[in-house]
Amino acid sequence: MDLLPIWLTLKLAAITTAILLVIGVPLAWWLSAKRSVFKIIIEALITMPLVLPPSVLGFYLLLAFSPQNGLSKWLHNTFDVQLVFSFPGLVLASVIYSLPFMVSPVKSALQQLPVSLAQASYTLGKNPRETFLHVQLPNIKPSLLTATVLTFAHTLGEFGVVLMIGGNIPGVTRVASIAVYDAVEQMDYTSANQYSLVLFAITFIMVMGVFIYNKYQFKSPLE
Amino acid sequence: MIKADIKKQLKDGQLLHINKAFVTGSITRVTGPSGAGKTTFLKMLAGLIKPDEGLISVDSNEWFNSAGSINLTPQLRKAGFVFQDYALFPNMTVMQHLKYACGDNDWIDDLLKIGGLDSFTDKKPLHLSGGQQQRLAILRALAIKPNVLLMDEPFSAIDVKTKMKLLADLQTLLRDMNTTVIAVTHNPQELDGIATDELIIGED
Repeated sequence: MDLLPIWLTLKLAAITTAILLVIGVPLAWWLSAKRSVFKIIIEALITMPLVLPPSVLGFYLLLAFSPQNGLSKWLHNTFDVQLVFSFPGLVLASVIYSLPFMVSPVKSALQQLPVSLAQASYTLGKNPRETFLHVQLPNIKPSLLTATVLTFAHTLGEFGVVLMIGGNIPGVTRVASIAVYDAVEQMDYTSANQYSLVLFAITFIMVMGVFIYNKYQFKSPLE
Repeated sequence: MIKADIKKQLKDGQLLHINKAFVTGSITRVTGPSGAGKTTFLKMLAGLIKPDEGLISVDSNEWFNSAGSINLTPQLRKAGFVFQDYALFPNMTVMQHLKYACGDNDWIDDLLKIGGLDSFTDKKPLHLSGGQQQRLAILRALAIKPNVLLMDEPFSAIDVKTKMKLLADLQTLLRDMNTTVIAVTHNPQELDGIATDELIIGED
Protein backbone atom coordinates (compact mmCIF):
# COMPACT_ATOMS: atom_id res chain seq x y z
CA MET A 1 0.00 0.00 0.00
CA ASP A 2 1.28 3.47 -0.90
CA LEU A 3 1.40 5.38 2.40
CA LEU A 4 1.69 8.80 0.77
CA PRO A 5 -2.12 9.41 0.61
CA ILE A 6 -2.40 8.54 4.32
CA TRP A 7 0.43 10.93 5.21
CA LEU A 8 -1.09 13.66 3.02
CA THR A 9 -4.49 13.15 4.65
CA LEU A 10 -3.06 13.42 8.18
CA LYS A 11 -1.05 16.51 7.18
CA LEU A 12 -4.14 18.16 5.66
CA ALA A 13 -6.28 17.34 8.73
CA ALA A 14 -3.62 18.59 11.18
CA ILE A 15 -3.05 21.89 9.35
CA THR A 16 -6.79 22.47 8.87
CA THR A 17 -7.50 21.77 12.57
CA ALA A 18 -4.67 24.06 13.71
CA ILE A 19 -5.92 26.92 11.50
CA LEU A 20 -9.50 26.39 12.66
CA LEU A 21 -8.43 26.44 16.33
CA VAL A 22 -6.88 29.84 15.73
CA ILE A 23 -9.76 31.39 13.77
CA GLY A 24 -12.75 29.22 14.72
CA VAL A 25 -12.60 29.61 18.51
CA PRO A 26 -12.52 33.45 18.52
CA LEU A 27 -15.25 33.38 15.85
CA ALA A 28 -17.39 31.12 18.08
CA TRP A 29 -16.81 33.50 20.99
CA TRP A 30 -17.91 36.48 18.88
CA LEU A 31 -21.00 34.61 17.70
CA SER A 32 -21.89 33.49 21.24
CA ALA A 33 -22.27 37.07 22.44
CA LYS A 34 -25.31 39.28 21.76
CA ARG A 35 -27.34 38.36 18.68
CA SER A 36 -27.71 40.64 15.69
CA VAL A 37 -29.00 40.21 12.14
CA PHE A 38 -25.44 40.46 10.83
CA LYS A 39 -24.30 37.64 13.15
CA ILE A 40 -27.23 35.46 12.09
CA ILE A 41 -26.21 35.92 8.43
CA ILE A 42 -22.57 35.05 9.23
CA GLU A 43 -23.65 32.01 11.25
CA ALA A 44 -25.88 30.82 8.41
CA LEU A 45 -22.98 31.14 5.97
CA ILE A 46 -20.68 29.19 8.32
CA THR A 47 -23.32 26.45 8.63
CA MET A 48 -23.83 26.09 4.86
CA PRO A 49 -21.14 23.38 4.39
CA LEU A 50 -23.17 21.14 6.74
CA VAL A 51 -26.22 21.18 4.47
CA LEU A 52 -24.87 21.91 0.99
CA PRO A 53 -23.88 18.99 -1.25
CA PRO A 54 -20.05 18.91 -1.24
CA SER A 55 -20.08 19.07 -5.04
CA VAL A 56 -21.96 22.40 -4.94
CA LEU A 57 -19.53 23.86 -2.44
CA GLY A 58 -16.63 22.41 -4.42
CA PHE A 59 -17.97 23.97 -7.62
CA TYR A 60 -18.19 27.45 -6.10
CA LEU A 61 -14.77 27.11 -4.48
CA LEU A 62 -13.38 25.98 -7.83
CA LEU A 63 -14.73 29.18 -9.41
CA ALA A 64 -13.44 31.30 -6.52
CA PHE A 65 -10.00 29.69 -6.61
CA SER A 66 -9.66 30.11 -10.36
CA PRO A 67 -6.48 32.08 -11.24
CA GLN A 68 -8.66 34.36 -13.40
CA ASN A 69 -10.61 35.66 -10.38
CA GLY A 70 -9.97 38.20 -7.58
CA LEU A 71 -7.85 36.97 -4.68
CA SER A 72 -6.64 33.88 -6.55
CA LYS A 73 -5.50 36.06 -9.44
CA TRP A 74 -3.63 38.36 -7.04
CA LEU A 75 -2.06 35.39 -5.22
CA HIS A 76 -1.05 33.86 -8.51
CA ASN A 77 0.43 37.08 -9.93
CA THR A 78 2.12 38.23 -6.71
CA PHE A 79 3.33 35.06 -5.00
CA ASP A 80 2.93 32.54 -7.79
CA VAL A 81 0.56 30.62 -5.52
CA GLN A 82 -2.02 28.48 -7.26
CA LEU A 83 -5.07 27.38 -5.27
CA VAL A 84 -6.71 25.00 -7.73
CA PHE A 85 -5.14 21.53 -7.90
CA SER A 86 -2.63 22.37 -5.14
CA PHE A 87 -2.16 21.50 -1.47
CA PRO A 88 -2.63 25.13 -0.24
CA GLY A 89 -5.94 25.17 -2.12
CA LEU A 90 -6.96 21.93 -0.41
CA VAL A 91 -6.14 23.45 2.99
CA LEU A 92 -8.19 26.58 2.28
CA ALA A 93 -11.13 24.52 1.01
CA SER A 94 -10.92 22.23 4.07
CA VAL A 95 -10.89 25.21 6.42
CA ILE A 96 -14.09 26.52 4.82
CA TYR A 97 -15.69 23.07 4.66
CA SER A 98 -14.86 22.13 8.27
CA LEU A 99 -15.54 25.54 9.82
CA PRO A 100 -18.97 24.60 11.28
CA PHE A 101 -17.48 21.53 12.99
CA MET A 102 -15.19 23.79 15.03
CA VAL A 103 -17.47 26.79 15.50
CA SER A 104 -20.80 25.17 16.40
CA PRO A 105 -19.75 23.03 19.44
CA VAL A 106 -17.58 25.82 20.87
CA LYS A 107 -20.31 28.44 20.38
CA SER A 108 -22.95 26.22 22.02
CA ALA A 109 -20.67 25.50 24.98
CA LEU A 110 -19.95 29.20 25.49
CA GLN A 111 -23.67 30.01 25.36
CA GLN A 112 -24.39 27.34 27.97
CA LEU A 113 -21.99 28.87 30.49
CA PRO A 114 -23.88 30.97 33.07
CA VAL A 115 -23.70 34.66 32.07
CA SER A 116 -22.79 35.48 35.66
CA LEU A 117 -19.33 33.87 35.22
CA ALA A 118 -18.25 36.50 32.71
CA GLN A 119 -20.05 39.22 34.67
CA ALA A 120 -18.17 38.24 37.84
CA SER A 121 -14.91 38.49 35.97
CA TYR A 122 -15.83 41.94 34.62
CA THR A 123 -16.58 43.22 38.13
CA LEU A 124 -13.08 42.08 39.14
CA GLY A 125 -11.72 44.49 36.53
CA LYS A 126 -10.94 41.91 33.84
CA ASN A 127 -11.56 42.76 30.20
CA PRO A 128 -13.45 40.45 27.79
CA ARG A 129 -10.18 38.96 26.44
CA GLU A 130 -8.87 38.06 29.91
CA THR A 131 -12.30 36.73 30.83
CA PHE A 132 -12.37 34.55 27.72
CA LEU A 133 -8.89 33.12 28.26
CA HIS A 134 -9.02 32.58 32.03
CA VAL A 135 -12.69 31.91 32.76
CA GLN A 136 -14.71 30.91 29.70
CA LEU A 137 -12.23 28.86 27.66
CA PRO A 138 -11.01 26.63 30.54
CA ASN A 139 -14.62 25.79 31.39
CA ILE A 140 -15.51 24.51 27.93
CA LYS A 141 -12.53 22.13 27.60
CA PRO A 142 -14.67 19.05 26.83
CA SER A 143 -16.47 20.86 24.00
CA LEU A 144 -13.22 22.29 22.70
CA LEU A 145 -11.72 18.82 22.58
CA THR A 146 -14.82 17.44 20.87
CA ALA A 147 -14.73 20.24 18.28
CA THR A 148 -11.03 19.65 17.61
CA VAL A 149 -11.47 15.92 17.08
CA LEU A 150 -14.62 16.37 14.97
CA THR A 151 -12.81 18.86 12.75
CA PHE A 152 -9.81 16.55 12.37
CA ALA A 153 -11.94 13.48 11.70
CA HIS A 154 -14.19 15.33 9.27
CA THR A 155 -11.20 16.57 7.29
CA LEU A 156 -9.86 13.00 7.15
CA GLY A 157 -13.05 11.85 5.45
CA GLU A 158 -13.50 14.76 3.08
CA PHE A 159 -14.13 13.65 -0.50
CA GLY A 160 -16.36 15.78 -2.73
CA VAL A 161 -14.75 19.16 -2.14
CA VAL A 162 -11.25 17.63 -2.24
CA LEU A 163 -11.99 15.98 -5.59
CA MET A 164 -13.37 19.19 -7.11
CA ILE A 165 -10.56 21.45 -5.86
CA GLY A 166 -7.58 19.13 -5.76
CA GLY A 167 -8.26 16.42 -8.29
CA ASN A 168 -6.08 13.34 -7.95
CA ILE A 169 -2.43 14.36 -8.13
CA PRO A 170 -0.20 11.80 -6.35
CA GLY A 171 1.81 13.37 -3.52
CA VAL A 172 0.04 16.72 -3.89
CA THR A 173 -3.74 16.32 -3.63
CA ARG A 174 -4.31 12.57 -3.65
CA VAL A 175 -5.56 12.09 -0.09
CA ALA A 176 -6.77 8.75 1.31
CA SER A 177 -10.46 9.23 0.46
CA ILE A 178 -9.50 9.93 -3.17
CA ALA A 179 -7.15 6.94 -3.12
CA VAL A 180 -10.06 4.69 -2.04
CA TYR A 181 -12.23 6.00 -4.89
CA ASP A 182 -9.38 5.64 -7.37
CA ALA A 183 -8.63 2.07 -6.25
CA VAL A 184 -12.29 1.05 -6.59
CA GLU A 185 -12.40 2.60 -10.07
CA GLN A 186 -9.46 0.39 -11.01
CA MET A 187 -11.08 -2.66 -9.36
CA ASP A 188 -8.17 -2.78 -6.89
CA TYR A 189 -10.32 -3.77 -3.91
CA THR A 190 -7.33 -4.81 -1.81
CA SER A 191 -5.86 -1.29 -1.81
CA ALA A 192 -9.33 0.25 -1.36
CA ASN A 193 -9.87 -1.99 1.65
CA GLN A 194 -6.49 -1.12 3.15
CA TYR A 195 -7.00 2.65 2.84
CA SER A 196 -10.55 2.34 4.16
CA LEU A 197 -9.45 0.27 7.14
CA VAL A 198 -6.73 2.77 8.07
CA LEU A 199 -9.21 5.68 7.87
CA PHE A 200 -11.79 3.74 9.86
CA ALA A 201 -9.26 2.79 12.55
CA ILE A 202 -7.89 6.32 12.96
CA THR A 203 -11.31 7.97 13.22
CA PHE A 204 -12.73 5.25 15.49
CA ILE A 205 -9.81 5.50 17.91
CA MET A 206 -10.08 9.29 17.97
CA VAL A 207 -13.82 9.33 18.62
CA MET A 208 -13.47 6.63 21.29
CA GLY A 209 -10.67 8.64 22.88
CA VAL A 210 -12.88 11.72 23.12
CA PHE A 211 -15.73 9.77 24.69
CA ILE A 212 -13.43 8.25 27.29
CA TYR A 213 -11.60 11.53 27.97
CA ASN A 214 -14.77 13.57 28.39
CA LYS A 215 -16.44 11.01 30.59
CA TYR A 216 -13.63 10.25 32.99
CA GLN A 217 -11.19 13.12 32.83
CA PHE A 218 -12.79 16.34 31.83
CA LYS A 219 -16.41 16.10 32.73
CA SER A 220 -17.59 19.68 32.81
CA PRO A 221 -17.58 21.00 36.38
CA LEU A 222 -20.80 22.78 35.50
CA GLU A 223 -22.66 19.56 34.82
CA MET B 1 -21.72 59.05 48.93
CA ILE B 2 -23.44 57.05 46.22
CA LYS B 3 -26.39 58.70 44.55
CA ALA B 4 -28.70 56.80 42.26
CA ASP B 5 -31.71 58.21 40.46
CA ILE B 6 -32.40 55.72 37.71
CA LYS B 7 -35.28 54.22 35.76
CA LYS B 8 -35.53 50.88 34.03
CA GLN B 9 -38.40 49.15 32.29
CA LEU B 10 -38.45 45.57 33.59
CA LYS B 11 -39.25 42.53 31.45
CA ASP B 12 -42.79 42.29 32.80
CA GLY B 13 -43.41 45.88 31.73
CA GLN B 14 -43.36 47.53 35.13
CA LEU B 15 -41.16 50.57 35.67
CA LEU B 16 -38.38 50.33 38.24
CA HIS B 17 -37.53 53.77 39.61
CA ILE B 18 -34.94 54.11 42.35
CA ASN B 19 -34.00 57.45 43.84
CA LYS B 20 -31.74 56.97 46.81
CA ALA B 21 -28.48 58.20 48.34
CA PHE B 22 -26.17 55.79 50.17
CA VAL B 23 -23.85 57.32 52.77
CA THR B 24 -20.21 56.22 52.54
CA GLY B 25 -19.56 53.34 54.92
CA SER B 26 -23.24 52.58 55.39
CA ILE B 27 -24.82 49.14 55.14
CA THR B 28 -28.15 49.21 53.31
CA ARG B 29 -30.56 46.33 53.34
CA VAL B 30 -32.61 46.06 50.13
CA THR B 31 -35.85 44.12 50.42
CA GLY B 32 -38.98 43.69 48.33
CA PRO B 33 -41.12 41.06 46.64
CA SER B 34 -39.73 38.67 44.02
CA GLY B 35 -39.48 40.21 40.57
CA ALA B 36 -39.55 43.75 41.91
CA GLY B 37 -36.13 44.51 40.41
CA LYS B 38 -33.76 44.14 43.40
CA THR B 39 -31.10 42.22 41.45
CA THR B 40 -31.58 44.49 38.42
CA PHE B 41 -30.91 47.49 40.65
CA LEU B 42 -27.64 45.99 41.94
CA LYS B 43 -26.54 45.10 38.40
CA MET B 44 -27.31 48.62 37.20
CA LEU B 45 -25.06 49.98 39.95
CA ALA B 46 -22.28 47.55 38.93
CA GLY B 47 -22.58 48.46 35.24
CA LEU B 48 -23.81 45.02 34.20
CA ILE B 49 -27.23 46.32 33.11
CA LYS B 50 -27.77 49.73 31.56
CA PRO B 51 -30.56 51.87 33.05
CA ASP B 52 -32.97 53.45 30.58
CA GLU B 53 -32.29 56.86 32.01
CA GLY B 54 -31.00 58.65 35.07
CA LEU B 55 -27.83 59.29 37.00
CA ILE B 56 -25.46 57.25 39.19
CA SER B 57 -22.65 59.09 40.92
CA VAL B 58 -20.06 58.05 43.49
CA ASP B 59 -18.69 61.07 45.33
CA SER B 60 -17.77 63.45 42.51
CA ASN B 61 -17.50 60.76 39.81
CA GLU B 62 -20.35 60.04 37.46
CA TRP B 63 -20.72 56.33 36.70
CA PHE B 64 -23.84 56.75 34.61
CA ASN B 65 -25.52 59.78 33.17
CA SER B 66 -28.01 59.24 30.37
CA ALA B 67 -28.12 62.98 29.61
CA GLY B 68 -24.34 63.14 29.18
CA SER B 69 -24.05 59.68 27.55
CA ILE B 70 -21.76 58.52 30.37
CA ASN B 71 -21.79 54.81 31.17
CA LEU B 72 -18.65 53.45 32.85
CA THR B 73 -17.92 49.77 32.21
CA PRO B 74 -18.01 47.29 35.11
CA GLN B 75 -14.22 47.07 34.82
CA LEU B 76 -13.87 50.78 35.56
CA ARG B 77 -16.48 50.84 38.33
CA LYS B 78 -14.89 47.84 40.10
CA ALA B 79 -17.80 47.42 42.49
CA GLY B 80 -17.47 44.21 44.50
CA PHE B 81 -20.36 41.96 43.50
CA VAL B 82 -21.61 38.82 45.24
CA PHE B 83 -23.92 36.97 42.83
CA GLN B 84 -26.98 35.06 43.94
CA ASP B 85 -25.68 31.94 42.14
CA TYR B 86 -22.16 32.74 43.48
CA ALA B 87 -20.75 32.75 39.89
CA LEU B 88 -17.64 30.91 41.06
CA PHE B 89 -15.22 29.79 38.37
CA PRO B 90 -15.35 25.96 38.19
CA ASN B 91 -11.79 25.74 36.84
CA MET B 92 -10.21 27.69 39.71
CA THR B 93 -9.32 26.71 43.25
CA VAL B 94 -10.14 28.95 46.23
CA MET B 95 -6.63 30.45 46.07
CA GLN B 96 -6.79 30.93 42.29
CA HIS B 97 -10.10 32.80 42.65
CA LEU B 98 -8.53 35.30 45.01
CA LYS B 99 -5.30 35.60 43.01
CA TYR B 100 -7.32 36.21 39.86
CA ALA B 101 -8.97 39.12 41.66
CA CYS B 102 -5.87 40.63 43.31
CA GLY B 103 -2.12 40.16 43.64
CA ASP B 104 -1.76 41.11 47.31
CA ASN B 105 -0.83 37.88 49.13
CA ASP B 106 -1.12 39.36 52.65
CA TRP B 107 -4.60 40.60 51.86
CA ILE B 108 -5.52 37.20 50.45
CA ASP B 109 -4.29 35.51 53.66
CA ASP B 110 -6.39 37.90 55.75
CA LEU B 111 -9.47 37.20 53.66
CA LEU B 112 -8.98 33.42 53.85
CA LYS B 113 -8.85 33.62 57.67
CA ILE B 114 -11.93 35.84 57.87
CA GLY B 115 -13.87 33.51 55.60
CA GLY B 116 -12.59 30.37 57.35
CA LEU B 117 -11.33 29.00 54.05
CA ASP B 118 -7.59 28.94 54.87
CA SER B 119 -7.55 25.15 54.93
CA PHE B 120 -9.43 24.83 51.62
CA THR B 121 -7.15 26.89 49.38
CA ASP B 122 -6.56 24.08 46.87
CA LYS B 123 -10.21 23.06 46.59
CA LYS B 124 -12.33 23.87 43.56
CA PRO B 125 -15.96 25.05 44.01
CA LEU B 126 -17.31 21.59 43.17
CA HIS B 127 -15.65 20.26 46.33
CA LEU B 128 -16.89 23.02 48.65
CA SER B 129 -20.15 23.03 50.59
CA GLY B 130 -22.86 25.58 49.71
CA GLY B 131 -21.85 27.77 52.66
CA GLN B 132 -18.16 27.62 51.74
CA GLN B 133 -18.98 28.55 48.14
CA GLN B 134 -20.98 31.53 49.33
CA ARG B 135 -18.15 32.66 51.59
CA LEU B 136 -15.70 32.35 48.71
CA ALA B 137 -17.99 34.52 46.57
CA ILE B 138 -17.95 37.18 49.31
CA LEU B 139 -14.15 36.98 49.73
CA ARG B 140 -13.58 37.24 45.97
CA ALA B 141 -15.71 40.38 45.84
CA LEU B 142 -13.75 41.86 48.75
CA ALA B 143 -10.39 40.92 47.22
CA ILE B 144 -10.47 43.95 44.90
CA LYS B 145 -10.90 46.22 47.98
CA PRO B 146 -14.05 47.78 46.54
CA ASN B 147 -15.46 51.14 47.61
CA VAL B 148 -18.89 49.65 47.03
CA LEU B 149 -19.88 46.09 47.86
CA LEU B 150 -23.06 44.85 46.19
CA MET B 151 -24.43 41.58 47.55
CA ASP B 152 -27.35 39.58 46.17
CA GLU B 153 -28.70 37.24 48.87
CA PRO B 154 -25.20 36.86 50.35
CA PHE B 155 -26.01 34.74 53.40
CA SER B 156 -28.80 32.45 52.20
CA ALA B 157 -26.72 29.24 52.23
CA ILE B 158 -24.73 29.91 55.41
CA ASP B 159 -25.85 28.40 58.72
CA VAL B 160 -26.75 30.79 61.55
CA LYS B 161 -23.61 30.18 63.66
CA THR B 162 -21.19 30.66 60.75
CA LYS B 163 -23.19 33.64 59.55
CA MET B 164 -22.95 35.41 62.91
CA LYS B 165 -19.18 34.95 63.07
CA LEU B 166 -18.69 35.94 59.42
CA LEU B 167 -20.90 39.01 59.84
CA ALA B 168 -18.99 40.14 62.92
CA ASP B 169 -15.65 39.81 61.10
CA LEU B 170 -17.01 41.39 57.94
CA GLN B 171 -18.45 44.31 59.88
CA THR B 172 -15.03 45.14 61.33
CA LEU B 173 -13.34 44.72 57.97
CA LEU B 174 -15.90 46.81 56.08
CA ARG B 175 -15.67 49.55 58.71
CA ASP B 176 -11.87 49.60 58.34
CA MET B 177 -12.19 49.74 54.55
CA ASN B 178 -14.95 52.36 54.75
CA THR B 179 -16.86 50.30 52.19
CA THR B 180 -20.45 51.12 51.35
CA VAL B 181 -22.53 47.95 51.35
CA ILE B 182 -25.82 47.40 49.54
CA ALA B 183 -27.23 43.94 50.23
CA VAL B 184 -30.36 42.42 48.73
CA THR B 185 -32.14 39.96 50.98
CA HIS B 186 -35.48 38.19 50.88
CA ASN B 187 -35.52 38.01 54.67
CA PRO B 188 -36.54 41.39 56.17
CA GLN B 189 -34.91 40.42 59.50
CA GLU B 190 -31.53 39.58 57.98
CA LEU B 191 -28.80 42.08 58.87
CA ASP B 192 -30.84 43.31 61.84
CA GLY B 193 -28.50 45.28 64.09
CA ILE B 194 -25.96 45.58 61.29
CA ALA B 195 -27.81 47.43 58.53
CA THR B 196 -27.74 51.19 58.97
CA ASP B 197 -30.20 51.98 56.20
CA GLU B 198 -32.98 50.29 54.27
CA LEU B 199 -34.40 50.39 50.76
CA ILE B 200 -37.67 48.70 49.95
CA ILE B 201 -38.25 48.07 46.25
CA GLY B 202 -41.64 47.33 44.74
CA GLU B 203 -43.88 48.67 47.49
CA ASP B 204 -45.68 51.92 46.80
